[in-house]
Amino acid sequence: MEEKNFICTACPTGCKLIVRMEGEEVVKILGQRCRKGETYGRQEAIAPQRMVASTVKIANGIHPLLPVYTKGSIPKRKIMEVLEKIRAVELTAPVKAEDVVIANVIGTGVDVIASRDMPAVK
Amino acid sequence: MSIKKQYDVVVIGSGPGGLAAAIEAKKGGADDVLVVERDVELGGILLQCIHNGFGLQTFKEDLPGPEYAQRYINEAKTLGITFLLDTMVMDVTSQRKLYLSSRDFGYLEVDARAIVLAMGCRERTRAQVRIPGYRPNGVFNAGTAQRWVNVEGFMPGKRFVILGSGDIGMIMARRLTFEGAHVERVLEVQSYLSGLSRNYVQCLEDWDISLQLQHTVKKIIGKDRVEAIESVAVDDKWNFIPGTEEIIPCDTLLLSVGLIPENELSKKAGVILDPVTGGPFVDEHFQTNVPGIFAAGNVVHVYDLVDYVSMAGAGAGKSAAEFAIAEKERAARYIPLVPGKNVRYIVPHKLDKKALEQGDISLQMRVTRPIEEDVWLEVRGDENSIVKRSERYVRPGEMVTIVLKPRMAAELEKTGKLTVDIYPKSEA
Amino acid sequence: MQEKYDYIVIGGGVVGAMIARWLSRYEGRLLLIEKEADIGMGCSSANTAIVHAGYDPLPGSLKALMNVRANPMWDQLAGELNFPFERRGDYVVAVGEEELPLVEKLMQQGIRNGVPGMTMIDGPEMRSRERDINPETSGALWATTGGICDPFQVTVAAAENAVNNGATVLLNTEFQDFIWEGNRVIGVKTNRGEFFARWVINSAGIYSDNVMHKAGVRPEFFIKARKGEYFIFDRAEVQIHNVLFPVPSSRGKGILVTGTLHENTIVGPNANVIDDKEDTSLTKEGMDELIDGAKKLIPNLNLRASIANFVGLRPMGNGPAWTPGLNYNNDYVIEIPSNVQGFVNLGGIESPGLTSAPAIAEMVVDLLKDAGENLVAKKDWDPIRLARPRYAHMTHQERRLLCDVDPSYGRVICRCENVTEGEIIAEVHAPIPAQTYDAIKRRTWLGTGRCQAGFDMTRVVAILARELGVSPFEITKRGKGSEYLYRKTKDTEVTDVN
Repeated sequence: MEEKNFICTACPTGCKLIVRMEGEEVVKILGQRCRKGETYGRQEAIAPQRMVASTVKIANGIHPLLPVYTKGSIPKRKIMEVLEKIRAVELTAPVKAEDVVIANVIGTGVDVIASRDMPAVK
Repeated sequence: MSIKKQYDVVVIGSGPGGLAAAIEAKKGGADDVLVVERDVELGGILLQCIHNGFGLQTFKEDLPGPEYAQRYINEAKTLGITFLLDTMVMDVTSQRKLYLSSRDFGYLEVDARAIVLAMGCRERTRAQVRIPGYRPNGVFNAGTAQRWVNVEGFMPGKRFVILGSGDIGMIMARRLTFEGAHVERVLEVQSYLSGLSRNYVQCLEDWDISLQLQHTVKKIIGKDRVEAIESVAVDDKWNFIPGTEEIIPCDTLLLSVGLIPENELSKKAGVILDPVTGGPFVDEHFQTNVPGIFAAGNVVHVYDLVDYVSMAGAGAGKSAAEFAIAEKERAARYIPLVPGKNVRYIVPHKLDKKALEQGDISLQMRVTRPIEEDVWLEVRGDENSIVKRSERYVRPGEMVTIVLKPRMAAELEKTGKLTVDIYPKSEA
Repeated sequence: MQEKYDYIVIGGGVVGAMIARWLSRYEGRLLLIEKEADIGMGCSSANTAIVHAGYDPLPGSLKALMNVRANPMWDQLAGELNFPFERRGDYVVAVGEEELPLVEKLMQQGIRNGVPGMTMIDGPEMRSRERDINPETSGALWATTGGICDPFQVTVAAAENAVNNGATVLLNTEFQDFIWEGNRVIGVKTNRGEFFARWVINSAGIYSDNVMHKAGVRPEFFIKARKGEYFIFDRAEVQIHNVLFPVPSSRGKGILVTGTLHENTIVGPNANVIDDKEDTSLTKEGMDELIDGAKKLIPNLNLRASIANFVGLRPMGNGPAWTPGLNYNNDYVIEIPSNVQGFVNLGGIESPGLTSAPAIAEMVVDLLKDAGENLVAKKDWDPIRLARPRYAHMTHQERRLLCDVDPSYGRVICRCENVTEGEIIAEVHAPIPAQTYDAIKRRTWLGTGRCQAGFDMTRVVAILARELGVSPFEITKRGKGSEYLYRKTKDTEVTDVN
């Protein structure tokens, strides 16, 4: 049996999780104070997931950058790849919050969406 | 846009506290709500906090800062709140008068029935942690760097050392890594993390950025731009431990060494601050020691989560609206006393209509010119005569008194003002 | 192209600026060269801002002579150049009975120097004037002619007045060597080419020894840097109005606690001789020394309210005493050397250098006249330099009027010190343009408050870039090498401007 230690990031509480593994299989999770922690611990032990937030270039906006984020979690090992895709995007204002910036980014099934309205410069 | 002379509630700052306060004030029945924001758009510091982690309490969603702000901005905009952007509050008095400065609107004076202070907090600086060495460019507060990187689109360095394990510092470590910069080290003088542990996991651990607890900056090296910092381990009393020094080459030192409530305006208004929190002493309505001045969010004490800031803002906004409405009702009970024919002034200048229920009210006045014959002294309402009595003469040197009696209360109710005329009977 | 001038001043500190201002009164082409990105970046920008009464320098020294001659000049100077100056008076405070005789001796020295308006006050009187003073205070010398000024504005105002009267100021222009014709200096070589003149004046501050050695003058004269560290306090937390000196020692006038015209209290300086003339680094030992020094005068000083530090290097020379036979070798050098023609030589102008600057300028003019220079007064010389608006110090009514005239004054850029966009723009387009962040800071006091530029920095960089018509990557804190930005967030390529 193997034990993995994590700090849960599902909420700000930061529970210290102990995940007992049998090979690739999770057999027991200790230390969580809610169901979210259980889910997190299982996921983290097998295939860690993260939300990603960054910015994209935007022309004609009141700022040169538009903040964006992944609508859901993506595999942690794919973050850099997602960031590369985000870096390549250039939009033109106006944009509305939650507008899709990249649909189904690198086949993760998750959209990259705008974090805010970006009005055009009048 | 027309700016009024008086508002029911004026909110200073449009961060999470200010927006929530303005929304609740408006919903709570305040007619005229004004938000004054020094930046060019609403949202405050949330706009540069592009990472997620906001709104878990309020929206049960994991949102980035701008999106969290956007939801409040959208709501505020539908409610008919007035916003003054790119406008600085220069002064606030205990009488709730505000002086505003703006390129677009000039220098303005505005009266508020109630004020909500929502100026947020500011970052502690190098001087407060006393870092020896040169004072080159490249020593920035984490928040300043965050604005450059996330909003204005500039990188203020290539190789960073971050002093302080506050949330902004750790979040910037990841952010800078994402944008191709190198974060050499995060140093924390205390023996424990000062930010949230989930930020340690996601921002430092995930990206192999090393955190050194009980370490600090001994010296900043580089005259024009940072060239390196000398780090050192410290003991429990923060004394440097000789022999543990290390030169870390870098071009930028970011400071994430704590936040302080921003209360310079509060002090101008006579608001008393708690030396422990650095924010105003408040009651359960978030009212400060100055009646009608409320405070909400990080201006009161530094919160860990934005959701709580919004809740506090909402509470303060609601209380401010209640105060303003009560003020307005009180003000509406008053009617002015207007000097009419041959009357120079009247004391009191206004009276509470309800006060007549308590007993007589005497109006004292002086005439403008003498009349050496029989005169009428007459108090008129809008359409009705309320008192009319005679005197044998009036002279400026002698005060004239007219008494209002409780039985006149009904007549008083019908009028919006009282005018006093003194004129010769011969002219009547 | 060869530029021909009548006078070249090397160094744009307060002394160089004042000499330029004095010389601008006379016909002739005048050039001031400054190696840094702004004038007044050396000792003139990091001192205690005091106009000394003159009791401190040794009687018979040129320091004493210059100090006492200059002190009364400041009222007219402040009136003409419109910089902040206040004759607040100063105190030398004796703590404990044993220090009292030293203070009395200081007053006797002042009398010998010809200082007017001094008196001794007793302990209770001193305590009534400064309630936070050490309760063991036994008395104090009260020098009523002591003053305080804004040294940044003094330097800028003097140099601007010179420019308005026809002088040229070249920044980022570093003296390299002299150009000779026999034993006559006829010009200077700089990093920006050669400039010719009939007279070259050495006002190079901490590097004045190097300059005079290039002229073959006083090979035995050397300048050592005497480092002085300071604390600045938040005016909202600490309010010391008075100028309080401790009893001086062999190491200098000691660590003061003093109010400033920006209403910030400052503590400093200490005095440590160092080898490196560029070492303006702050030291932990120095900070501890300042804290001890400050506590001697104001035991309950709230040290947590410190918002910034600065460090100055005093150019301490080894010039022989002005009066022959006097056992003193840190005196000013102000001379036209006999072995070189066309060269006015200054050296070792440390404290009270700021105070003495107008008298030094006057003396330089006198030396030129004595050397046979025919100085012809300009008919249209204008002694007045106007101050530019300072929003923070205005009344509500004044602000309203100013915003009506120029709306950019309504836009506040520095939240703590209330400095506006209009003020920044005015400084960028002033007779001596402010081109760096620090140049704006010194002129407007922006970024000096409790948030230490946390709010204004990104905005000022953008305004400077716009007003100077350059990329934000070229904006610096204090000249080349101190840039703020490296590349755009989304560009992977580094824009290395160094």
